[in-house]
Amino acid sequence: MSVYSLIFQPFAEYGFMRRALVASVCLGIGAGPVGVLLMLRRMSLVGDAMSHAVLPGAAIGFLIAGNLSLLAMGLGGLVAGLSVALLAGLVSRTTTLREDASFASFYLTSLALGVLIVSLRGSNIDLLHILFGTILAIDAQALVLVGTISSVTLVLLALVYRPLVAECFDPGFLRAVGGRGSLYHGLFLFLVVLNLVAGFQALGTLMAVGLMMLPAAIAQLWARSLPAMFAIATGAAALSGFVGLLLSYHLRFASGPTIILTASALYAVSLLTCPSGVLRRLLKRPHLAG
Amino acid sequence: MTSAAIRFQDVTVAYDRHPALHHLTGSFDPGSLTAIAGPNGAGKSTLLRALMGELAPVTGRIERGGLALRDLGYLPQAAAIERGFPITVADTVILGGWRRIGSFRGVTRALRRRAAEALEAVGLEGFDARPVSALSAGQFQRVLFARLLVQDAPVIVLDEPFTAIDARTTRDLLDIVTRWHGEGRTVIAVLHDFDQVRAHFPQTLLLARDLIGWGPTRDTLTPANLRRARAMAEAWDESAAICDIPPETRS
Ligand SMILES: Nc1ncnc2c1ncn2[C@@H]1O[C@H](COP(=O)(O)OP(=O)(O)OP(=O)(O)O)[C@@H](O)[C@H]1O
Ligand SMILES: [Mg+2]
Repeated sequence: MSVYSLIFQPFAEYGFMRRALVASVCLGIGAGPVGVLLMLRRMSLVGDAMSHAVLPGAAIGFLIAGNLSLLAMGLGGLVAGLSVALLAGLVSRTTTLREDASFASFYLTSLALGVLIVSLRGSNIDLLHILFGTILAIDAQALVLVGTISSVTLVLLALVYRPLVAECFDPGFLRAVGGRGSLYHGLFLFLVVLNLVAGFQALGTLMAVGLMMLPAAIAQLWARSLPAMFAIATGAAALSGFVGLLLSYHLRFASGPTIILTASALYAVSLLTCPSGVLRRLLKRPHLAG
Repeated sequence: MTSAAIRFQDVTVAYDRHPALHHLTGSFDPGSLTAIAGPNGAGKSTLLRALMGELAPVTGRIERGGLALRDLGYLPQAAAIERGFPITVADTVILGGWRRIGSFRGVTRALRRRAAEALEAVGLEGFDARPVSALSAGQFQRVLFARLLVQDAPVIVLDEPFTAIDARTTRDLLDIVTRWHGEGRTVIAVLHDFDQVRAHFPQTLLLARDLIGWGPTRDTLTPANLRRARAMAEAWDESAAICDIPPETRS
């Protein structure tokens, strides 16, 4: 087997492989930075919760439009995710429950509701597709949606970069100087939901968050500045997509899980080799004089 | 720099109905330099947080002399700061210029220079590019002080600013406080070191949930007053009756 047939031929020959590759690179561009911020805000579990919260909306979209219509399901997911985010924020503001606790109760409800709705009409195959995605079935329309979402994400992040950083680093200060922290927090949650909706078609509700959090974890191991973390997370997500697709093609594995597992493997390697990792600790270097 | 006095009018702040600050009346004059002293749990931080609008009084009013909350530079006792966040020392200090740059305007070269000067003033030149996660507790406190310098606020509110700071830096920071006073800013600082207060603060507010004394430091930090402050019961009285002090009788 030549290098060409191993690495390039699958993409050169099959349109669905090309579309899947472009989709996963786009997902990485949007979800990578969002995941880094999510992790730095200690909201990793909120991301997980949100990915479940998207489900009932997507399911209702499926019921209404049927036949896995992407637009209807995406819209439904967006509405459901945002509603849960708003409700959870409201609950944590008006009761003593912390935000992650209220998220947990909402997403469990959402998940149950979503599965129930799909099972009303769809088959088990439909349910599997919604839960775990079908990246190889992505069409041009879906690609435009994913690309638009990652572009919007990048532009919005660039616009609100400073208040987001300030709100995450020192929320009390931002409040004291009159910055509107909760506005940016809300906007950020909107971006999280938006990117989960993008990842949803490719990887399904349950694993969309994987391409958000694993690259972010990898980035945190390697970089010490925020821009570098964004870049590494994006790169790690795109690389996982590329390698994962190839592996799934050659080994005939399911593509979504293979992409996520590739990211997991990158994470494991990073754990060993990163500056604070195990290998560096074994390779002791002498300390400096001052 | 300040237009009018900051006035507390019969202010009570309570947690769970138990007062932590009880019927406080008095004012900070414009340009005054006041130390707030009192035992642990006396309500000093509570007073500052009410002043900063973080806690709402259950009785009384606080007038801020026509200033908006954002005109008050505030260094809290235990800020909820994410110390692990990947931000450099220089960027942290530049955030002090928020009133000028806001969310969207660009950071000017002048602001960058001010930030560098502020870092030098707190003895942290050469630390610009360090991530804040790689600072000692005292160094981090000095970074926050530098940010306050850049903030250039007409009223400055400090809650135990010198805890965890070594003697030499404390002297440097006290010089900055004195300089602020000379520039006509109103400075309010919670301190536990009475010698420091006597040496550097013309005015003192002695607090033990109730007001013990407020005025020139020499008249406030008297042995009799300090004895009274120490006698405060720190624990809440779970069976306390409803306070029946009618409003506006204490002035
Ligand atoms: N969040 C809170 N919830 C309930 N009670 C509180 C809270 N914060 C403070 N208290 C209580 O209010 C009282 C005043 O607290 P405060 O923090 O104002 O004291 P302090 O004078 O700043 O003390 P210290 O010198 O220890 O900083 C204390 O009895 C404290 O137990
Ligand atoms: Mg205190």
